[in-house]
Amino acid sequence: MSGSILAARDPAALQRPRMLLRRGRLHRSDLAWSIAFVVPYAALVTAFLVYPIGYALWMGSDPALYAQLLSDPRYVRVAVNSVLMVGLAVTVQMSLALLLSGFFARPRRWIKALLLVYVLPWTLPAVPAYLSFHWMFVAYPQGLLDNLLTTLLGLEPVHWFRNGWTALACDTVASVWKWMPLWTLIFLGGRMAIPRDLYDAARVDGASPYRCFVHITLPLLASLYIVSALISTIWTFGDYAPVLFVSGGAPAFRSDVIATLGFHYALDFADPPLGVAAALSVLPLLVPVVLVLVRRLDAMDLQL
Amino acid sequence: MSAVTAEGRATLRRRHHRLRRNLREAAAIGLALVLVVWTLAPIYNMVFVALESHGDVFTSSIWPARPSLKSFWVVMSEGYWYLQYFWHQFGNSIYIGAATTFLTLLIGSLASFSIGRMRLKNGWIVSNAALMTYVIPASFLAIPFYSIMIKYGLANNLWSVIFAEVTFATPYAIFIFQQYAVSIPIELDEAARIDGASPLQIYFRIYLPLMAPALVAVGTYALLLAWNEYLYQFMLLSSVRSMTVPVALAQFLNSDEAPWNYMMATAILYAIPPVAIYYAFRGRMTAGLTMGGVKG
Repeated sequence: MSGSILAARDPAALQRPRMLLRRGRLHRSDLAWSIAFVVPYAALVTAFLVYPIGYALWMGSDPALYAQLLSDPRYVRVAVNSVLMVGLAVTVQMSLALLLSGFFARPRRWIKALLLVYVLPWTLPAVPAYLSFHWMFVAYPQGLLDNLLTTLLGLEPVHWFRNGWTALACDTVASVWKWMPLWTLIFLGGRMAIPRDLYDAARVDGASPYRCFVHITLPLLASLYIVSALISTIWTFGDYAPVLFVSGGAPAFRSDVIATLGFHYALDFADPPLGVAAALSVLPLLVPVVLVLVRRLDAMDLQL
Repeated sequence: MSAVTAEGRATLRRRHHRLRRNLREAAAIGLALVLVVWTLAPIYNMVFVALESHGDVFTSSIWPARPSLKSFWVVMSEGYWYLQYFWHQFGNSIYIGAATTFLTLLIGSLASFSIGRMRLKNGWIVSNAALMTYVIPASFLAIPFYSIMIKYGLANNLWSVIFAEVTFATPYAIFIFQQYAVSIPIELDEAARIDGASPLQIYFRIYLPLMAPALVAVGTYALLLAWNEYLYQFMLLSSVRSMTVPVALAQFLNSDEAPWNYMMATAILYAIPPVAIYYAFRGRMTAGLTMGGVKG
């Protein structure tokens, strides 16, 4: 129960439903009930998911839209930004989360208390949290960060949002700040599920903590780590909030990402099909990731 | 002679050992300090700005110059024209959150009961479709979703947002419910069948009570998801009376004179419920929230 999700395959648990499936046949009245129970979900999916997806494909079906996208210098810059931000944010937060989960796994009371503080960013709603970041960076020269830089380190205050790259870095930092605690919790759950005797046996054999990490923790967490990294990749691609609220795309769309550019096209330039096309242009990148992920998730026996 | 050196070596080793332990401890405390500063800086910034008594927060210090709770009072008494409908908008957020939670639990548990317990034929299609939905970023569908809501006549209606959020929360619910239901013996259902219970009775009397921990975890997840969401609420709710708090908050950004202290006070008031709910249900959520907590 206390371990979060865990990549332990329990063959008995996996096989049981299938065996029963073969054994019991549904009565006709039961079949009606079982269909009736899925109808709400099927209706929901049809009306609010399949239809919008179909509509999106139809809106973005004109090849001219993509030519228009590629000829827009804003789009090219934004695509580069997206890839950079996703790559950086995912790499940094995943590797730090993996290491920090080892720190939080130590059985000390003050470390448990620290964990309670550490997860705070993840529980905060996105808009308030990112607005706070916005103010910290934007209020030249009186933002909290600039004040810290000048009073503590004697540095010059920085115009964070005057340059697209520093603005994008600010967005990335905010995104990592918000989501790293979640992944730390997940890896912590994964570590807790590793049997202690493995480490005890390794220690008896004289293994150093480093070798324990490389030869026990890493192989056993690999599957969980890959799934988490893939999920994080997809969600960071779709996450508009850090960019929309921290830098707002300043200066002049230079720090925007695909997830926000679509809305600028649709709302500010009143061209919804172009906005949809911008979102769809990520599909060649995302679909393979989604397929790999679904296969892996399906094979994993995730547990509460 | 040799006994002395052996003893001396032992003391040395002990001292060396203690030194290493102390170093490790110092490193752990150093890391803890870095983590606390990293985590709390933006939160401190929120409180710091909210406590300022003037809207133009231009003090070059890292402490509030004249701390006061005035801005919280202004927000709570709706004493600024941007905050005219604050409590109404807060009510909208609660309404959306509650309805999303209820519908997610209902639709998700019904579907998982049918697939997992009643062994619906080809039920795997439903669970795979759910898995697929679960990993698609919701934001990519916002524009077509908006056009369709206008066709349905649901524009500027809280229910359009509720439907969107239920659609994106239910896959996770089905996912978790199916995982959890494996631990409940199917023999219970079979015994109830033999005693003449209908599927509906089994669902209400056996399935739901035994699924309580998973229901709490997923319910909290759905509530936090609705509370976290901005994009659909922004696109679908345009009038001040149908708006939710995050949409109203973001509106501040567009005004010329942005009273940042009111804005941060509003942000803090809006952030309190999810934080409180998380810490209240933490024990069960380390369980449930893990995978799904990111969806936004």
